[in-house]
Amino acid sequence: MSEIAIRVVEIGKEFRLGKREKYQTFRDTIAAFVGGPFQKVGKMLRGEASDPADPIETFWALKDVSFEVKRGDVIGVIGGNGAGKSTLLKILSRITEPTLGFAEIHGRVASLLEVGTGFHPELTGRENIYLNGAILGMKQKEIDRKFDEIVDFSEVEKFIDTPVKHYSSGMYLRLAFAVAAHLEPEILLVDEVLAVGDAGFQKKCLGKMGAVAKQGRTVLFVSHNMSAVTQLCGTVVQLEKGKVRRIGPSADVVNAYLASSLGTEIKSSWSSESSAKSNSEVRFTSARALSVDEQPLSGINFNETLLIEIVYEVMIPMRDLAVTFHLHDSMGNLVFESMDTDLPEWRGYVKEPGLYHAVAKVPPALLRPGRYHISLVSFIEGVRLFESIKGALAFDVLDVGYTLQPKRHGIVSPLLDWKVRRVKDRVTIG
Amino acid sequence: MEEGIPVIRIEPTRGWVALQLRELWAYREMLGFLIWRDIKVRYKQTALGAAWAIIQPISTMVIFSLFFGRLGKIPSDGIPYPIFAYTALVPWSFFAQGLTQASNSLVGSANLIKKVYFPRLAVPIAAVTSGLVDLALAFTVLLGMMLYFGIVPGVKVLWLAPLLLLTLTTSLGVSLWLSALNVHFRDVRHVIPFLTQFWLFATPIAYPSSLLSEPWRTLYSLNPMVGVVEGFRWALLGTETAPGPMIIVSSVAALAILVSGTFYFRRLEKTFADVI
Repeated sequence: MSEIAIRVVEIGKEFRLGKREKYQTFRDTIAAFVGGPFQKVGKMLRGEASDPADPIETFWALKDVSFEVKRGDVIGVIGGNGAGKSTLLKILSRITEPTLGFAEIHGRVASLLEVGTGFHPELTGRENIYLNGAILGMKQKEIDRKFDEIVDFSEVEKFIDTPVKHYSSGMYLRLAFAVAAHLEPEILLVDEVLAVGDAGFQKKCLGKMGAVAKQGRTVLFVSHNMSAVTQLCGTVVQLEKGKVRRIGPSADVVNAYLASSLGTEIKSSWSSESSAKSNSEVRFTSARALSVDEQPLSGINFNETLLIEIVYEVMIPMRDLAVTFHLHDSMGNLVFESMDTDLPEWRGYVKEPGLYHAVAKVPPALLRPGRYHISLVSFIEGVRLFESIKGALAFDVLDVGYTLQPKRHGIVSPLLDWKVRRVKDRVTIG
Repeated sequence: MEEGIPVIRIEPTRGWVALQLRELWAYREMLGFLIWRDIKVRYKQTALGAAWAIIQPISTMVIFSLFFGRLGKIPSDGIPYPIFAYTALVPWSFFAQGLTQASNSLVGSANLIKKVYFPRLAVPIAAVTSGLVDLALAFTVLLGMMLYFGIVPGVKVLWLAPLLLLTLTTSLGVSLWLSALNVHFRDVRHVIPFLTQFWLFATPIAYPSSLLSEPWRTLYSLNPMVGVVEGFRWALLGTETAPGPMIIVSSVAALAILVSGTFYFRRLEKTFADVI
């Protein structure tokens, strides 16, 4: 009895970036223009996308990727953008073919790269459940059996016979996820389907994923959400530029990954050229996220203080110049904004030319675990906007030290200083 | 190897690949749902609904009867011209519609193809087969016309079943070629209207194939729609001689198109998700 559920052996995937220009003279160009279509038709009929002799720029989205997943394991796949996570998932889902190597999947597999795939807007909720279920690989009998459960889970029973084009996006998502959640494969491949919907919906999805994992199924979970990965997965594979960088217990890999992304995501700096176009009066130099002891970091525990450091240069004296950061969560919600002129002593102050170093202290136990983005803005209220940098910085708040129940709603989850005491023995009414 | 646990091996394929019809069979329920979806959605949000399935061939018949029958005095094998043309237009509309729907079907299902695995053959197959409903509707009108013109078909009418199969084979074969090509070369979309028009006149719909003498007539039926159209007329209207050789030539041609189309489709299939 083999214990292996997924085996990936030296998988590689090459993509073509498109042909390099090869026409040299006007005459060649004309010849290619006239003769080209005929050659192309010939190639088309031979089923070749392009001539192997042509100079083609290619790149390897994945190279030499090997790992094994044991039956019943929940494995996370993490990595920066372009690391090859999605490509790996697409190969394992058989949507696209590898260029090299092979993979084996032992057991009934279902992949969830998106919820609501194949939903047709003109069809009713009921019809879409069947259509989507069939597309995801469910048998009709299986759908019949689970139908009520799916409708229950989706909370749209009133509108089940309404075309889904009339649904709100929330209802649409709930129905779509409800179908997906009732798949019962032995192996589940999941992309960041959780990155949609509101926080409550995400929690519901995460809860369902956790339940699936507990039933002893094998799950491969691709995500950017470090706290979800540490929560759900036992083992994590970290990809970097198409190769396996680390593989091991989730806490170790996630921590190493967060630490190593130092300099890429946690510190952003801008040269004078890049922001030269905006103005010459004030200019952002760098931004970092720091721990209390001023160590740069890309992830902070829930119960630790976070410092946001912004360095900027002022060229001419300016009264009331404010530097602001906007903190957005992974849903794009603005959590709050804060200015370096917030404290009274900076009101009406003239900033003389020079380099400024501004540090804001974000209190611990405030931001709920997840990923955050920071945008920077410099301006004089009601006078002028100097510079605005979207997504200047990104960091994660980890759920280490997060003691609140995971199902809590709201954009922030502050741990408030509650004083609770008993004031009377017994309450009698009437 | 453990028993009862299916093992899927994922590896690069090269060149021509097996057809994997067994896998398509395994996905027959999904195929059924795709066909059902295409039928349900076809006339959604149209004022006339399924009437369109009849309006198209009837209006073409009226135009043909006026210009080719009345003005052009084109012979019609001794059969009233309107029913002569309409009998041919019934399978033709199915073919032309199938072609148009199917050639765009893969590109139209791009989202599906990029997100879920299933045998891609299901998409154009569903697009073509869903047209059978339209065919059935158009056919009932044909029955009405036969009643009106007092034409009673003999036992030959049983031949309609294999002839229908021939129509389906032709339509599917051409559709597989075009839909796969359309993924890589969107030129196909611009070729379709022109191609169907050209093909319409290359098929004896407005005129009888008896205008050609042998051996040209048999050679002419390398266009599989020739066999289909002449077959339909013979089986339903009783045109004098059985177009046996023509139907055989057409069947061979249709089969060749279908088999080559399926292999071509399977060969390109692996690139769909990357290119579409």
